Amino acid sequence: MNIQEFISIIEDEFDEVETGSLSPETSFRQMEGWSSMHALILIALVDNHFDVLLTGEELRGLNTIQDLYDLLETKKA
Amino acid sequence: MAFLKTENTRVSAIYTCVPQKKERTEDYEWISMQERQLFTKTTGIIERRVASETTTCSDLCFEAASQLLNDLNCKDEIDLVLFVSQSPDYFLPATSIVLQNRLGIPTNSLAFDVNLGCSGFVYGLSIASHFIQSGNIKKVLFLAGDKSTISTNYEDKSTFPLFGDAGTATLLEFDETAKSWNFSMASDGKGKDAIIIEHGHSRNPYGRIDDETVEIEPGIKRSKKHLKLNGMEVFNFALKEVAPSIKELLVFAEKQIEEIDYFVFHQANKLINDSVRKKLKIEENKVPLSIDYFGNTSSASIPLTICKELEQIVSNEEKTYILSGFGVGFSWATVILELANVKTKMIEYA
Repeated sequence: MNIQEFISIIEDEFDEVETGSLSPETSFRQMEGWSSMHALILIALVDNHFDVLLTGEELRGLNTIQDLYDLLETKKA
Repeated sequence: MAFLKTENTRVSAIYTCVPQKKERTEDYEWISMQERQLFTKTTGIIERRVASETTTCSDLCFEAASQLLNDLNCKDEIDLVLFVSQSPDYFLPATSIVLQNRLGIPTNSLAFDVNLGCSGFVYGLSIASHFIQSGNIKKVLFLAGDKSTISTNYEDKSTFPLFGDAGTATLLEFDETAKSWNFSMASDGKGKDAIIIEHGHSRNPYGRIDDETVEIEPGIKRSKKHLKLNGMEVFNFALKEVAPSIKELLVFAEKQIEEIDYFVFHQANKLINDSVRKKLKIEENKVPLSIDYFGNTSSASIPLTICKELEQIVSNEEKTYILSGFGVGFSWATVILELANVKTKMIEYA
């Protein structure tokens, strides 16, 4: 999965986010209406698509979607 | 992971009692409408049942048990009363003993409490079936449930809209022809702080309760006497442990996952159950839900889900079930068992 495909999955999953509005540089915590519920949805999404379990601590240490994608690639390897 | 096998036990009835009063997520004004909608989408909770100030978990269990004993006419045959709950009537004596007397069950019965929540129903089945397998206990009245709303704070969005109250009564009997039950059980106290009520018992006693409500983060205010829940930690625990423990149990029981007709999971959060279901590659129609209209009902969630969603099925032909509870402790337990001819009832407590 490349990063554009990853972004499409996030856009599909989050109802509040318009398609095409996210980029690798988007800070996901700055996304409109971001809450702890979104963090859970993101963890479930990553678990489902990548089979990678992301901890809350790992997520807190990340800023952009690119950061997240890079971490997933490392953890998957 | 501990694996256990028990013989000669049959479930003959499961009764559930819930309070009449409903609280809807959309009416929870402490958070914005957008947050309420996201909460329902994620957790699955549309509404839940809430007990009145004077109603206890044991009152709900009493009502369920009383109707069960009456309908099956077996009050005098109960050998063991087991009460699994984290909201007992008193510090002491054990609520099971109070209920033995209230229900008019003979004094030559055993009665004791077990302090477990989300995993409690499966633990209770394990305890009851071990007693039955011993040969001298023929009928067990197993009561499970919680009044979780007693310890949640309105101004805490991480707990208040999540929990519902319920009490259940399950009758287990000795049956020489019953197929064996296979259990997997585990505990990890490293997760003790993930779901906890810190003050009020002997570590931080009643007289020194810290009543001050403080803001933990936006939308979350509570005192030390309130239930604290770290949603992210619980979520990660469930994603990490539940699916592998079920797979290992299938190996121990020498069963294929395709042989399981229904999977009844503890109802903590729809997102958790969907994730576990996807990991195990199970069809959606094999995983019934009750969280939508009852919230997280702690140890009552599995029997409640059976009464609500599988009433016709458990009362008829024999099917194979996986029941799995996981959460507070952390503690988790799964059983593979057959259910058939089980009488069920849903009762509303006025």
